[in-house]
Amino acid sequence: MFRDEWGRVLASLVGYLHDFDRAEDAAQEAFAIAAERWPESGLPPSPGAWLVTTARNRAIDRIRRERTLAGKIHLLPAPEAVVDEFEFGETVIKDERLELIFTCCHPALPLEGQVALTLRALGGLETAEIARAFLVSEETMKRRLTRAKTKIKATGIPFAVPAAHLLPDRLDAVLAVIYLIYNEGYSGRVDLGSEAIRLGRVLGALMPDEPEAHGLLALMMIHQARQRARFSGEDLVLLGDQDRSLWDHAQIAAGRAELDRAVALGGRGAYVIQAAIASLQAAEQIDWPRVAELYQRLADLTGSAVVELNRAVAIAQAGDPAAALRAVERLDLDGYLYYHSTQGELLRRLGRDAEARAAYGRALELATSTPEQRFLTRRLEEL
Amino acid sequence: MQYALMIYAEPGYHEVLPEAEREAARAEFLALADDARCVAHAQLQPAETATCVRVAGGRTLMTDGPFADTKEVLGGVYVVEAANLDEAIELAARIPTVRLGGVVEVRPVVAP
Repeated sequence: MFRDEWGRVLASLVGYLHDFDRAEDAAQEAFAIAAERWPESGLPPSPGAWLVTTARNRAIDRIRRERTLAGKIHLLPAPEAVVDEFEFGETVIKDERLELIFTCCHPALPLEGQVALTLRALGGLETAEIARAFLVSEETMKRRLTRAKTKIKATGIPFAVPAAHLLPDRLDAVLAVIYLIYNEGYSGRVDLGSEAIRLGRVLGALMPDEPEAHGLLALMMIHQARQRARFSGEDLVLLGDQDRSLWDHAQIAAGRAELDRAVALGGRGAYVIQAAIASLQAAEQIDWPRVAELYQRLADLTGSAVVELNRAVAIAQAGDPAAALRAVERLDLDGYLYYHSTQGELLRRLGRDAEARAAYGRALELATSTPEQRFLTRRLEEL
Repeated sequence: MQYALMIYAEPGYHEVLPEAEREAARAEFLALADDARCVAHAQLQPAETATCVRVAGGRTLMTDGPFADTKEVLGGVYVVEAANLDEAIELAARIPTVRLGGVVEVRPVVAP
């Protein structure tokens, strides 16, 4: 309940106070009062509105006190009268989370600041939790958040949804931040994967007509649904060997519904294509030629050699390892572990064991995580 | 609020342009200067004309050349009035230098 309301309440306060720090302090105060009172008095008719009103009142009180103390008069545009906290039930609080998302993910902020601020402001994560997730000290994370908030204030980063002609670029930036949070979660510390999906849901609901927002959500949901089957103890399990009973089939279905929506909206972007690939790979019988086709489209869009590598894998799975190997050999990815392990696998299938061993050996040199090292060692022993 | 748009580019970047493009760029510089939101603007003489001044022990010390020895040098400044950073960035993006390999640094001006 608290986590769900946080983003909405904070957004409304930032919109009203035009000051991140004040908004955060006031929201925290209101949530603390609620935590104390609600267990006894029960929930107010509209908890969100209650929280916003209470927080506003506290912020106005504080500003008044400061004015009296310092004689400052330009801090707020004439604050309205303090509204009685308990008469407030019917008012609908405008949802300003979209404005908040675009502020937090403004490209004028450093990327790590965008990520941290999004998790704090919209996700409602504590600074300590975010610090743990990114393996930095709480002090470092606090400074990172402060620096981002200071830049927002000092440079006049707007609290607004960008104008139509700016929207495509700015939405890309938002999607990139959410996907980055998701991928951080993939390595599995704090549950950032679920956090990213929550953020993706919020964005999808706030921008119902943006295909890429639904595409990203679909991609994350389908991937996460397979998360439990990706490891067996410490060992990495490849897609083909995964125990499908461990997959979250309801979430795959929900992800596919998001994908259908994205496609119906005319989505042809990178996230939509990746979601379509993930969806095909979650099917009982994988249509590998179709997967290869989609990777081709993704490669055309992104020009990424890693995508080309994935396309080659799909070609091999579709039954043509020789063509796959030719495609791989064209790529310039020498420092990339999966370039060598893929080559090793293709060479093995083609019966060229000595070359396969060399390729796996090179991959092993590049492997940094224990599961990867064990996987590659096993492969080498099998040869 | 006011923003300084500071234009950095390699010296002579516009001299290598075809005449028509140089004319177009000049027109864009002038159009921005004429924009109602433009508070002040200055085009600087080439970096070779710069002199750096310090005072130490009561003596005024001078060195020849710009302060920072970089490939791109400060070539001019606009000060604009904009509602927020997005508007300032849009104005910055209209400076032809940014599509000719240069950079515009956008910094808010301290309110008086």
